[in-house]
Amino acid sequence: MDLFEYQAKALFAEYGVPVPQGKVASTPEEVRAIAEEFAAAGKPRVVVKAQVKTGGRGKAGGVKVADGPDDAVAKAKQILGMDIKGHTVHRVLVEEASDIAEEYYFSFLLDRANRSFLSICSAEGGMEIEEVAATNPDAVAKVPISPLKGAPADVAADIVAQGKLPEAAAQGAVDVITKLWKVFVEKDATLVEVNPLILTKDGRVVALDGKVTLDDNAEFRQDLESLASAAEGDPLEVKAKEKGLNYVKLDGEVGIIGNGAGLVMSTLDVVAYAGEQHGGVKPANFLDIGGGASAEVMANGLEIILSDPAVKSVFVNVFGGITACDAVANGIVQALELLESRGEDVTKPLVVRLDGNNAELGRSILNERNHPAVRQVDTMDGAAALAAELAAK
Amino acid sequence: MAIFLTKDSKVLVQGMTGSEGTKHTRRMLAAGTNIVGGVNPRKAGQVVDFDGTQVPVFGSVAEGMKATGADVTVIFVPPKFAKDAVIEAIDAEIGLAVVITEGIPVHDTATFWAHACSKGNKTRIIGPNCPGLITPGQSNAGIIPADITKPGRIGLVSKSGTLTYQMMYELRDIGFSTCVGIGGDPIIGTTHIDALAAFEADPDTDVIVMIGEIGGDAEERAAEYIKKHVTKPVVGYIAGFTAPEGKTMGHAGAIVSGSSGTAAAKKEALEAVGVKVGKTPSEAAKLVRSLF
Repeated sequence: MDLFEYQAKALFAEYGVPVPQGKVASTPEEVRAIAEEFAAAGKPRVVVKAQVKTGGRGKAGGVKVADGPDDAVAKAKQILGMDIKGHTVHRVLVEEASDIAEEYYFSFLLDRANRSFLSICSAEGGMEIEEVAATNPDAVAKVPISPLKGAPADVAADIVAQGKLPEAAAQGAVDVITKLWKVFVEKDATLVEVNPLILTKDGRVVALDGKVTLDDNAEFRQDLESLASAAEGDPLEVKAKEKGLNYVKLDGEVGIIGNGAGLVMSTLDVVAYAGEQHGGVKPANFLDIGGGASAEVMANGLEIILSDPAVKSVFVNVFGGITACDAVANGIVQALELLESRGEDVTKPLVVRLDGNNAELGRSILNERNHPAVRQVDTMDGAAALAAELAAK
Repeated sequence: MAIFLTKDSKVLVQGMTGSEGTKHTRRMLAAGTNIVGGVNPRKAGQVVDFDGTQVPVFGSVAEGMKATGADVTVIFVPPKFAKDAVIEAIDAEIGLAVVITEGIPVHDTATFWAHACSKGNKTRIIGPNCPGLITPGQSNAGIIPADITKPGRIGLVSKSGTLTYQMMYELRDIGFSTCVGIGGDPIIGTTHIDALAAFEADPDTDVIVMIGEIGGDAEERAAEYIKKHVTKPVVGYIAGFTAPEGKTMGHAGAIVSGSSGTAAAKKEALEAVGVKVGKTPSEAAKLVRSLF
């Protein structure tokens, strides 16, 4: 789960990492109140920053400096509601402006290739680190971090030296890095990025921005719920999440249900290829109902997909491995009954492909039920073609 | 021969007395796996009956190994306790630990992997978040359905469970030497490269099938490895061409970040080293078929 900048900075502050003072606001009135507080404290100059979970906010005009409450409100009005790479700005962070002397880059992240962790540090911060790495690779230090040792002061000092941070910032940077490591470990983060990490004119090292990604698998020991913003994201995704479904909304017309992440990803691809022959129809979603494929999960999944107005046909692609196809077929029959008892009208065509364990038996169960919306095709490619054809009608 | 697992493998099950552990121990036994014991410190000394087969429960992996000569452990322990279970297996220096558990925090996986490295990698780790591995007709360590294929000469390595089953099923008439599900997490113990190396060395494998998906660059690195070290024909399949950037597709590791980890890049890397890549699973199966 990605955090907003204001959430990341709150975590940093909790661990004693210096961050600019600031508060989050969702209306111009709230922005005025915050800016007035800063003005009263002798800090009339503030920065209004769009809170969206994507990069390139500055370039998009989502970060503006304001002089005084009136200006802050004017700037906030420009930013709130703005669209940045498909993300609507619902909140802004209003912060005291900082006196920047220099800008650096720092991050801890997962190193998949080495099955470990990595820190990246550079004296050239403020821009995309990929850009710096491409144009001036010597300026970017990549220091492996052992999960067993972590980043105590000696490791942090090594990172700072390899990143060629100047002497004036060294001590402050070491202090920040050791604290960020604590955030990284104790909060089960897979990314903690500060860009820029700044040296202020009065010699302090401050995290001017913050990007944090937390591991969803750590939910059993972390309070992710309080950080999750249910209002964000696609309404169907929010609804699916409430039902515990592994669902991702896409922009096509063929609803997809399958068992197993790999098989579902593959199903999306096969439908997209088939769609090329049928006016370019595409998959409408990713939905993995898992190995078990129970009737209730199937019903919940079908309900979400059928409630998507963009969906014109549905492709249920199940390979009976651990769960035999007769159980899956019964699940589909029960799911249809459950939906109809909930008052749902199942009229969009459902193309079902059952293969693997007890496939014959599963198919005959669906044939006997003879639901008008259900059509069976025995192969994945054939079923994808029919689902695409029906969606194109 | 096969790789990593044979009829001689003696298998322990950590978490055997839990619901998943019990269900799959029964299935593994039915598939002919030589299960020599379960591990649960709170139930040590008990004996569990699986349709007439008596399986003793040991207090630790080390105890189970001492008593039975076990060389494989299959781990069904819930995410919260999985790290300790894997570390216990590593400390006991068992040859192979198959971690089925889904949902282990990646910091825990990174920690047990680092621990395994610090102990000299005496334990091969497969997974986590994987279906395990099967050597058809010999032994099954994990949750792969045993009856969808038969013994044969194809070696299969895959990040995905159901795609593994699909491929095993499509090519069931030809059959498989060993099928290894390496798992869909961002950090995994055994990689495509490890399995490729083992299949290359296995006299019972003639053709290798490699199934990958979006996220990371394991497939690209496997392609480099194939170019240098693999002489047997390799057929590939990659899932996730239509996955949008920045969205996790079911598996924790299946995410396209910016321009990295795309299916297109993986396919291109594999094709550049002569691997035939099927556009769909059935096309990949056809490519394999053409080699027999």
